[in-house]
Amino acid sequence: MTDSKLDLLQGTLDLMVLQTLAAMGAQHGYGIARRIEQASGNEVLLNQGTIYAGLVRLQHRGWIEAEWGTSDNNRRAKFYSITRRGRKQLAKDAAYWQRLSAVMGRVLAIEPEGSER
Amino acid sequence: MTGIDALWRTWNRVRAFLQREPLDCELDAEMASHLEIAIDENVRRGMVPEEARRQALVEFGGVQQAREKQRVARGLPFLDVLGQDFRYTLRTLRRNRGFATVAVLILGLGIGANVAVFSVVNTLLLRPLPFSHSQRLVWIQGPPQSCGLSCVTYSADAVEDYQHRNQTMESVTAYMPFYGPADYKLTGRGEPVPVSGVPVVGNFFETLGVQPFLGRLFRPDETVKNGRPAVLLSFFFWKRGFHGDRGIVGQAIELNNKLTVVAGVLPPSFDFESVFAPGTKMDIFVPAILDDMRNWGNTLLIVGRMKPGVTAAQAQAEAKVLFPDFYFNKSHPNWGKGYEAWLQPLQEHVSGKLRRSLEVLWCAVGLILLIVCVNLSNLLLARSAARTKEFAMRNALGAGRGRIVRQLLTESLMLSCAGAVLGLGIAWAVTAYLEHAGEIALPLLQNVRVDGAALGWTALVAVITAALFGIAPAFRMSGKNIQESLKDSGHGATAGRKHESVRAALVVSEIALACVLLVGAGLLLRSFLKVLDIDLGFQPDRAAAITVNYDDQGSNGQRSAAKRGATLEEIVRKVKAIPGIEEAGVTDMLPLDRNRSWNLAAEGMDCIKQKCPDALVQIVTPGYLAAMGMKLREGRDFSWSDGAASPCVVILNEAAVKQLWPGQDPLGRVANIGPCSKPPRVIGVVGDVRDTSVEGDSDGPEAYLPATQAQPEGAELVVRTQLPPDVLAASVMRTLRTINPGQSAAEFRTIRQLVDHAVSPRRFFVLLVGIFAAMGLTLAALGIYGVIAYAVTRQTQEIGIRMALGASRARVQLRVMGRTLRLVGLGLAVGTVASLMTGRLIGSLLFGTQQTDAATYTGMVVLLMLVALVAGYLPARRASRIDPMAALRSN
Repeated sequence: MTDSKLDLLQGTLDLMVLQTLAAMGAQHGYGIARRIEQASGNEVLLNQGTIYAGLVRLQHRGWIEAEWGTSDNNRRAKFYSITRRGRKQLAKDAAYWQRLSAVMGRVLAIEPEGSER
Repeated sequence: MTGIDALWRTWNRVRAFLQREPLDCELDAEMASHLEIAIDENVRRGMVPEEARRQALVEFGGVQQAREKQRVARGLPFLDVLGQDFRYTLRTLRRNRGFATVAVLILGLGIGANVAVFSVVNTLLLRPLPFSHSQRLVWIQGPPQSCGLSCVTYSADAVEDYQHRNQTMESVTAYMPFYGPADYKLTGRGEPVPVSGVPVVGNFFETLGVQPFLGRLFRPDETVKNGRPAVLLSFFFWKRGFHGDRGIVGQAIELNNKLTVVAGVLPPSFDFESVFAPGTKMDIFVPAILDDMRNWGNTLLIVGRMKPGVTAAQAQAEAKVLFPDFYFNKSHPNWGKGYEAWLQPLQEHVSGKLRRSLEVLWCAVGLILLIVCVNLSNLLLARSAARTKEFAMRNALGAGRGRIVRQLLTESLMLSCAGAVLGLGIAWAVTAYLEHAGEIALPLLQNVRVDGAALGWTALVAVITAALFGIAPAFRMSGKNIQESLKDSGHGATAGRKHESVRAALVVSEIALACVLLVGAGLLLRSFLKVLDIDLGFQPDRAAAITVNYDDQGSNGQRSAAKRGATLEEIVRKVKAIPGIEEAGVTDMLPLDRNRSWNLAAEGMDCIKQKCPDALVQIVTPGYLAAMGMKLREGRDFSWSDGAASPCVVILNEAAVKQLWPGQDPLGRVANIGPCSKPPRVIGVVGDVRDTSVEGDSDGPEAYLPATQAQPEGAELVVRTQLPPDVLAASVMRTLRTINPGQSAAEFRTIRQLVDHAVSPRRFFVLLVGIFAAMGLTLAALGIYGVIAYAVTRQTQEIGIRMALGASRARVQLRVMGRTLRLVGLGLAVGTVASLMTGRLIGSLLFGTQQTDAATYTGMVVLLMLVALVAGYLPARRASRIDPMAALRSN
């Protein structure tokens, strides 16, 4: 089980990106990808390249904005930061996820009843 | 909120789509910096540079995939694919120039015909009339009978009564339809110019909602007895006659020798004749003074504007109550009262009669388009054989079935769009022609143009066409098994049999459609020939008419019959003396041009107690009957000695005689008609003349009175000659000017022109349907040729083997021709049944021809067979010339 990584559900990557930016401030694409990998304990299957499709989607929705800048080790990079609308969205989505995972936890906790078999 | 969000996202996508290059560059830069940062970090963690780089690339994943994914997320992937398909199609079609040209040509003709007919239908049936709130305008006339305009018009008193007593109309107006083509004479500006005008009741333009282009409409003091003479000019007459001089408004011009103020100029959009009198030209509008017209009898046609919210049915119900109470003439109540009113929406009056013809035209072009689609489907299927491998290859390289169908539909769409552009050009040319084909007596034709609606229709037609002809081949082609296609060499004798049966079915339906078109065109053509064959009662060829001005004002200021007689006699005598002129005579109203009718009674009949027949009346001079080529059955023509002082005389037609004195000798009997105090005696009987229409019911009683005893309204000099009228024009005009220097510069109209004008709508429709049928036939022939030729090509090897085994050339040819005939026979069978079923649609348009006319059906079968034989013979001949050795060696 530990070998195979989790496949990302639709929309979860967007939420992870928003949360990362909200917690860490402005980040470049590599930084975001790394944070997500680290935070997930390397359990998430993420081709770092795919993050750019998500980033442009979030930008179009006005939840994040981007600006070219210079990284710690003097490389030019594009830095993303979360907007006010992004934070609102994050709050909404996070609440939804928490409710969903709580529900899923309870549903999955149902014990099979012995008498059935 | 979400709506705005969606809009914003779409906008971002469109912007990204348009800035493709810079955004791609930026993404590349971003991904490069991503990798460098990753490598830096890996190095810092202690990897050697090589390993650091490898690890970074592995973690990043596919660069190209990331790029594609980002593009899809940011732009309009649909359009990207469309662009690819578009470029690919351009390349493909450029490689197949011949195919592309033929396809676009065929499509252009089909779509062009459709758009042109749509423009006509749109103008005549769909678009409202060019007046404000035209749906509230109604047309009111008496019940149509066979006595011409006098029976459908109303007296001045009746119009006035209706104006005062109705509750449903916002405004009631009328105009006088008894005008001639050159009733007025414009003088004082060089040579006298003949001018066509129509008298209208004062509020005519207000009722229609027409505003003057320059100046003003009529003022109240210009529409009363002895008021100030005034005139309104049509826009085109103002341009032509006055060179668009704005200063003319308010000036006086000399009209019929009377100084008349030009009140204003009407706008170019106001087209009286195209609504009320198709195929003519109207120059001026003068006020109809009701007080002057009270004793003129029935002279006015009513146009009303209903109050908002009133329906035509309500207005009709009211008119049904009111009109029987209107007097013919209030100062002579003993003349009787009681009109009938037929009320219909003006639009219905203008184009209602044409509805069926236009529907037939629309169906015909629809059939053409279907044939075009079938033909193109066939062409595409033929191409599919050559392209199976191409698509199998693309499929093998990863293109899904949907993508290939989409590619093929893009091709169809591009073809049909190119066809639509060509078609628009054709339609534009056709409508431009129609706009200036003023001699066709169809309403609103001048307003026909390719407008926004027509453009929309074109787009719709193009898309539907593309779908129709593209879908079947697209799915056929994409549905092939890859393995099979890649292996299939495509030259087996039996391979593609199923394929061919689809094509054969298409050709059969094409022939059937062409059948329906040919039968329709044939039936209409037969009807037209029958109409041309009608005995008009006069000889239209070799005769021509010209409007003559004369002065018959006597010394007492009244019109003098004696003076008129002398003048007309001089005119007729001198004109007849011109070399080349055989006969000459004068009438006041030419048949098929304009008409009037009066009561006609036998001696002893009382028209107030019993209903008298109405007779169409012409007031003529001696020589007119001969000049028109009419047949004098009994008695004699008028003579110049039947003057004002001698006993009154009349000539009647056979219908009148039969009605008044059935079975008796009419000569010498008294017929009560006309102004003579002592009723005239019948001196002659002539054959019936088609006076009001060529193909309607025959006109009933007709009476001819001498111009020396009754008062003519204007004068048309008719001459019969072997020479073309143009040659004579100068000498006739010179002669007329020696008698009356004020003679206006009128032009000859041939009597044939009058007849042509009367049958022009029918000629127009026959011509169009005929053209469409010819197109259908050509396309069907192309289809037959295509299928047979293709079958021959496919079977080259098989035919080669047969010939090597001893089949003779004739046998090979027979086989191919047999195949052709089977297709045609099947198509003919289906087409004949379809024609019989659709025959009802054009039944009401036929004249003297049965829907199941055997000659038409036979003609259609023979024609199609001949065309099919030619189309099939060419490939058959090629098949018989196949060299067995060459055929067997190939492949």
